[in-house]
Amino acid sequence: MGSALDSLTPPPIRRIALDRAPTVAPAPTGGNGHGATVVSEPSQPSRAARLRASRPPVASVRERMQLESVWLAYGENWVVRDVSLTVREGEVLALIGASGSGKTTLLRSLNRLTEITEGAARAGRVTLDGEDVHSLEVNSLRRRVSMVFQQPNPFPMSIFDNVAYSLAEQSPARGRRRRRRSPEIEQAVIEALRRAGLYEEVAGDLGRPALRLSGGQQQRLCIARALAAKPEVLLLDEPCSALDPISTATIEELIVSLRSQVAIVIVTHNLQQAFRVADHVAFMHLGELVEYGAAEQVFDRPTQERTREYVSGAFG
Amino acid sequence: MVAPTADAPISRGPSLPIARPGRESTRSWPLLDRGFYWACWATGIGLCLIAAWVVLYMMVKGLAFLEPSMLVTSPKPEITQQGSGGFFDPIVGTFVIVAIGTALAVPIGMGIAVWLSEYARPGWLARTVESALETLAGVPSVVLALFGLLVFSRGFLGFLSESSVSGGVTGTSFLTAGVAMGVLATPLVVAANYEALALLPSRLREGSHALGKTRITTIRYVLLPAIRASSATGGVLAMGRIVGDTAIITILLGGGVNTEPNGGFLGLLRGTGATLTSYIFYESPAGEGNSHEKAYAAAFVLLLIVLALNGLAVWIARDRSVARRSIWSAFGWDLPWTR
Repeated sequence: MGSALDSLTPPPIRRIALDRAPTVAPAPTGGNGHGATVVSEPSQPSRAARLRASRPPVASVRERMQLESVWLAYGENWVVRDVSLTVREGEVLALIGASGSGKTTLLRSLNRLTEITEGAARAGRVTLDGEDVHSLEVNSLRRRVSMVFQQPNPFPMSIFDNVAYSLAEQSPARGRRRRRRSPEIEQAVIEALRRAGLYEEVAGDLGRPALRLSGGQQQRLCIARALAAKPEVLLLDEPCSALDPISTATIEELIVSLRSQVAIVIVTHNLQQAFRVADHVAFMHLGELVEYGAAEQVFDRPTQERTREYVSGAFG
Repeated sequence: MVAPTADAPISRGPSLPIARPGRESTRSWPLLDRGFYWACWATGIGLCLIAAWVVLYMMVKGLAFLEPSMLVTSPKPEITQQGSGGFFDPIVGTFVIVAIGTALAVPIGMGIAVWLSEYARPGWLARTVESALETLAGVPSVVLALFGLLVFSRGFLGFLSESSVSGGVTGTSFLTAGVAMGVLATPLVVAANYEALALLPSRLREGSHALGKTRITTIRYVLLPAIRASSATGGVLAMGRIVGDTAIITILLGGGVNTEPNGGFLGLLRGTGATLTSYIFYESPAGEGNSHEKAYAAAFVLLLIVLALNGLAVWIARDRSVARRSIWSAFGWDLPWTR
């Protein structure tokens, strides 16, 4: 690991791509017709830096979930090895790492969704407010620790019904449509849609099939659905990977604004996204937690060689 | 070509000659390929011709002999064509049998499909259930009917049919035939629902579980509503299968052409009767009645019922996202008020 060396010689400070210094391409050595090119960067601060700077301060940060030496396996294959982490309310925790590094599996273990998969095994402890999640009733745990997936997965029903479905504990609040639209439920649905930043766009027709929304709207509907259950922790598994940049920006702003109300854990392949939204970053590699720290520290002054390689490699 | 400006609107298409690919010529093909190509055409058209022939022939014959009064008069034991009445009883019998059979096959079939698709544990049991279904689907209905007669004439199942004075159970009634029909149609219902459930993306289930919903809530409120169209199609296919079956009716519903109710609705269900299929068989030259004009008329009515059921299946299974679009969009007119 060479961590002793690292502590002696601090690694060079790296800014992330969007606010790095202008790069000068090497001058051509032969007469191949190409002149020297200067790639200039806009001088104003990048959107990443602006979004980061404009993040509203959070009143209080509180520990909610604790992972203690968590090991996870599918069959004989241990995909998460000895990971310890803390999830805090008032913060966004980003899990980064290459494909197959166990980020998603780790995320799914937080509300025991790993159990759906045949042959899943685990070791170690995951606690929510000090209680082992495996001693909690699984469905009430999942109401407290809700999840949004990589692919938007609205149910094939109306926008309204999608949110109303998650309001009640099990069966959606009252079977028939007319009765279901009781004022309290309608209020709760609208509230959830508003928190997910979708209400203004769909207010005209909540009875529209959810599958006719655009991809970005569908994903925000899924977030609204997750929020309607009033979760304490929100798990996001690459929520923007299937979306265009504008939808992504909307959802990122949403994540940042939600973090004062719920603890958020986000898995992302997009390092700039991690830098934009996260307070803490955990870098995983081949199932191991390589580095965990404040976002600025992990991106600018990684203590581990592997982190440095990943963070810089991905930025070119 | 002029570049589009504010004055010259963007042209609707190229000003060059437009080439469209024509139908592929078979001239360059080997003889064998050409032979198969035309054989495919011939069989396709031939099938349409046969279908049209059957429907048109039955329509002509049926309409020639069908009189409205036949729909509301019961069959009478007369030798002459004029005196033998209509087929009111068989029509009623058809609907009763379809109702009993569907009421059994649809819930049972959907239950099996849900279990196979969503639970299916332990694995050996799931595999056994699947092969049992395949076996059942392959059993000829006449075998099923014979087996039913054997089972239903046992004393402890006597409540389903009537008993003779000497205490022997006949085993033939609307109830017993309906149960056999239910068994006959169950594999169809399972297949339609199971396939639809298997095609649902697993992220629907995951999404519901992630909201803290149990399996059963997910099935009831997410999965089953999502496959509504396929379930309905399965139900209609089951009805079609039941409407058309003759063997079970002849063996398990008695050989007569009249409904023989012995008091009230329950008496009707426990009594023997007829459906359109058994009536057609009875009145055909092969049967005892030998009143082929009636057979043609009844066959026409049966054909109408089957065609209506098929049409219903197509209508239910249609793609609603397309169907709900305005008819004008087919002509490229997407007007604000038709959207």
